[in-house]
Amino acid sequence: MSRNMIIGGLLTALVVLAALLSFVWTPFAHTAMNIPQKLQTPNMTHWLGTDHFGRDILSMIMVGARTSIAVAFVAVGIGMLIGVPLGLWAAARNGGWIDELIMRGNDLVFAFPSLVIAILITAIFGAGAINAIIAIGIFNIPVFARVTRGGALPILAREFIMAARVSGKGDARIAFEHVLGNIANLLIVQATIQFSLGILAEAALSYVGLGAQPPTPSWGRMLADAQTLVSIAPHMALIPGCAIIITVLGLNLLGDGLRDMLDPRLRVARV
Amino acid sequence: MPNLPAMLRYTLKRLLSLCISLAVASLVIFFVIEVAPGDPATFMLGINSQPDTIAALRTELGLDVPKWQRYLSWVGGLLTGDFGTSYTYRTPVAQMIADRLWVSLPLALYALTLSTAIAFPTGIYAAARRGKAGDTAVMGATQLGVAIPNFWFAMMLVLLFAINLRWFSAGGFVGWDKGLGAGLWSLTLPAISLALPQAAILSRVMRSALLDVLGEDFMRTARAKGLTRGQALWRHGLRNAMIPVLTIIGLQFSFLLAGAIIIEQVFYLPGLGRLVFQSISARDLIVVESVVMLLVFTVIMVNFAVDLAYALVDPRLRSRT
Repeated sequence: MSRNMIIGGLLTALVVLAALLSFVWTPFAHTAMNIPQKLQTPNMTHWLGTDHFGRDILSMIMVGARTSIAVAFVAVGIGMLIGVPLGLWAAARNGGWIDELIMRGNDLVFAFPSLVIAILITAIFGAGAINAIIAIGIFNIPVFARVTRGGALPILAREFIMAARVSGKGDARIAFEHVLGNIANLLIVQATIQFSLGILAEAALSYVGLGAQPPTPSWGRMLADAQTLVSIAPHMALIPGCAIIITVLGLNLLGDGLRDMLDPRLRVARV
Repeated sequence: MPNLPAMLRYTLKRLLSLCISLAVASLVIFFVIEVAPGDPATFMLGINSQPDTIAALRTELGLDVPKWQRYLSWVGGLLTGDFGTSYTYRTPVAQMIADRLWVSLPLALYALTLSTAIAFPTGIYAAARRGKAGDTAVMGATQLGVAIPNFWFAMMLVLLFAINLRWFSAGGFVGWDKGLGAGLWSLTLPAISLALPQAAILSRVMRSALLDVLGEDFMRTARAKGLTRGQALWRHGLRNAMIPVLTIIGLQFSFLLAGAIIIEQVFYLPGLGRLVFQSISARDLIVVESVVMLLVFTVIMVNFAVDLAYALVDPRLRSRT
């Protein structure tokens, strides 16, 4: 394991643990307002200070981690569940019209500015975590379809696939029994990258008010609240920002490390 | 078509696929936006208005004809440069977009210039010092650059340079009539915040493209005939590393144009992003459709241009697709 991977793993574990811990314990109730205690900088009682309503920022960050992780996780899930079968199908029909249709469809989705479309979807169908998930998830589909197809093509040309075909297995069975296992590494690495992009996208959407709605805390909305107060309470902006950076940085380092570990060829070729 | 030269055949093929992409994109955009709940006429008049007033306004806005007819007239208009009339402002959409482009386009170009100006030297430096402390420092910085949300970075820039140091204003755009310098000055903080993550990505691409090239045989030949490492890198390495770098720059331009949407919110800039936002909340569908179509058109055209440029540079690609 590389040093990067250990750092990435530790940062990711820290965020996931904070999110899990928030189900059973937070220093204060994350919705509890306490106006006399508002805008406190970090101190012994409120470790990360309080916001303009006197809510404990550490508690909000912990519960907010849940929102970020849940949205990004489900969005990656949507991308994999739809994108991977599409990619396998395209690879199995390499050069055929199905392949062409799927790949051109992918190109088309790539051409849409993802953030604009995400804003459009959430604005049209209503702001909220579910629509944010769908908006982010749609753009994960072509990513996984492309990675899967690219990974599956060389595998499908190998002898053991021909052996499986001779033994009477159909395309679908071959794809799931023989191809999927061989491209799992690729998919895991891609999932880590998409996960970190999902965290950033969720933060951006909730920053403009289109993500999870109050009282569900989210890091993006904490930043939006902080914006007008940034001159008198900079900690309100600094802390959620650092939470996002730690999560994304952790996932990216973990993804890089996993790629190096799972694919020894890249370790040599890696630049 | 065996008689046609390969380049022409390739161009025609890409052109056909370009037209299909644009047609499908326009269909998707129109119908996704049309299924949106909320009738523009009702929205403009308020929910307490009389049904016959709403009906009259729907006729005036052309909302009472069948959807496919409206689609055809929208696309027909786009092709002739007539983007329709905004429901809320009653001004031509083309004019509104043109006004906003004067903010968004310079901002995107400014950010692209900054990103390239940062990424080239850092990427080259990291590649030249591969594995040494300088390389590790640059790569660490790019990891951080990719992880920082640009709107948060924008807030920090405002805190430092606008509120504490008072070098810049915290938001708004002075307008180009105040002079080029003043206009650029008020776009500087937004451009920096947009450029940072892009510079980080581009710097990584620059480094890895250069390192790929450094392993090539012609680089060894260059060194063998007496060039220093730096000379070989400059004369042969850089030029050959440009292909992947140019692709990313092409992609980044369209991203910057659309990605500015959030940054324009942070700095209250009157650009395309804010126009989309305002139009969505006012149910001004025709403006939303046209701006999104324009952005998609830009992305598709940039990709087309990059593909053609590739094929011109590298003849192997012409026969591949």
